Amino acid sequence: MTLATRIIPCLDVDDGRVVKGVNFQDLKDAGDSVELAKFYAQNGADELTFLDISASRDNKDTMLEVVKKTADVVFIPLTVGGGIKSVEDVDKLLRAGADKVSINTSAINNPELINQIAQRFGSQVLVISIDARRSNEKHAPSGFEVTTHGGTKSAGLDALAWTKEAVQRGAGEVLLNSMDKDGTKDGFDLELIKLIRPNISVPLIASGGAGKINDFYPAVAAGADALLAASVFHFKEIEIKDLKAELKRKNVEVRD
Amino acid sequence: MSKNIVVLDYGSGNIRSVQKGLQKVGANVVVSNDFETCLNAQGLIIPGVGAFAACMQGINKYRGSEIVDKRLAGNRFVLGICVGMQVMFENGLEHGVKTAGLHQWPGDVTEIKASILPHMGWNNVQVAIGSKLFKGVETEKFYFVHSFAAKDLDLQGTEKIDAPLKHFATHGEKFLASVENGPLSATQFHPEKSGDAGLQLLSNWLETV
Repeated sequence: MTLATRIIPCLDVDDGRVVKGVNFQDLKDAGDSVELAKFYAQNGADELTFLDISASRDNKDTMLEVVKKTADVVFIPLTVGGGIKSVEDVDKLLRAGADKVSINTSAINNPELINQIAQRFGSQVLVISIDARRSNEKHAPSGFEVTTHGGTKSAGLDALAWTKEAVQRGAGEVLLNSMDKDGTKDGFDLELIKLIRPNISVPLIASGGAGKINDFYPAVAAGADALLAASVFHFKEIEIKDLKAELKRKNVEVRD
Repeated sequence: MSKNIVVLDYGSGNIRSVQKGLQKVGANVVVSNDFETCLNAQGLIIPGVGAFAACMQGINKYRGSEIVDKRLAGNRFVLGICVGMQVMFENGLEHGVKTAGLHQWPGDVTEIKASILPHMGWNNVQVAIGSKLFKGVETEKFYFVHSFAAKDLDLQGTEKIDAPLKHFATHGEKFLASVENGPLSATQFHPEKSGDAGLQLLSNWLETV
């Protein structure tokens, strides 16, 4: 009778289409964001995240359409991230049917945006997404720095200090992406999770490095409240129901 | 004949999902803030996300207090969701600010004592015996996202009137997850975001309307 650890598939969406690593033979159109969202909702996902990787403004309107169509048929929480730069952007997404938004680079460029969004819509709608990697630089006393541009550029910020600041400014949840682990498939970044968890009082979503079912439990034990992954779910390397059964065996509370 | 349900539109967050959820279970749903429309609907939903004070400001703008009063006096059904449940109480106490609620129920809404807030995710509800709202989904988990809640409802029944059914959840401490009180029901969680279990609950509510 406690809060369940959440399993969150993440879909990269470009111009309304799911891109990167989707391999579903039983879907008519595996690139259809709405179809895929529906599939996950029916197969045990506790929440869904859409990451809009479109470059152009026109495509942002396409994303709104995708969110609308998804929210019409999927009755689990939906978070949308990617390219959100203003309170107006958030307003449009929430009206379209998103429950939460995640911001990353725009918050680094303009930290005040966190306060503005939280004040207008409440902290619970705002996920601060942080791409962290190991660093020996002076600006990263915690041993981890914040990066931008998919982990290729340093933002010149300490990951721990920035996470704390973002939460203090009003972020209601932290999406912690390990850029060192991202794509490696050799497990979540336990060191990073353990560094951040005791220093914040909001829920923590761990991301980056999931490769097999046994990778998830250590991240929960390290303090993650939710686990996000993309390719292992998209390629059906891991079925969410099998993952939950395994977590349950380890006495982790999950939603059946 | 599908039942006619109105979702009160006062500018609060994502109300599209509750509209679609109710449509999915067979209701004819209108999103409106027109006084007469809200008054005359078979069922009225008071949604709400974000801050208590901001929600009350929006509700007051459209004479929400009067709408709820008149509806309940006429035994017409109202369902409050999330902050829409919280505003049914006397006051909301957020960040040191006390805001008057609709005061249908006694008691204040205060911050939950827990190490991690918001209480975000899927949790169980201890469902009281005799619930119509939770029929068939008594053991399911529902989706919560909030930091504040009413901890209890001190309202006794009489010979003629049943005491409200109180359903609790726990996150750090025990709080009210849902109440069924004659024509007035409320859930702290989001049934419209609680998958099949949530849709069943909305369907159950629709049945009572």
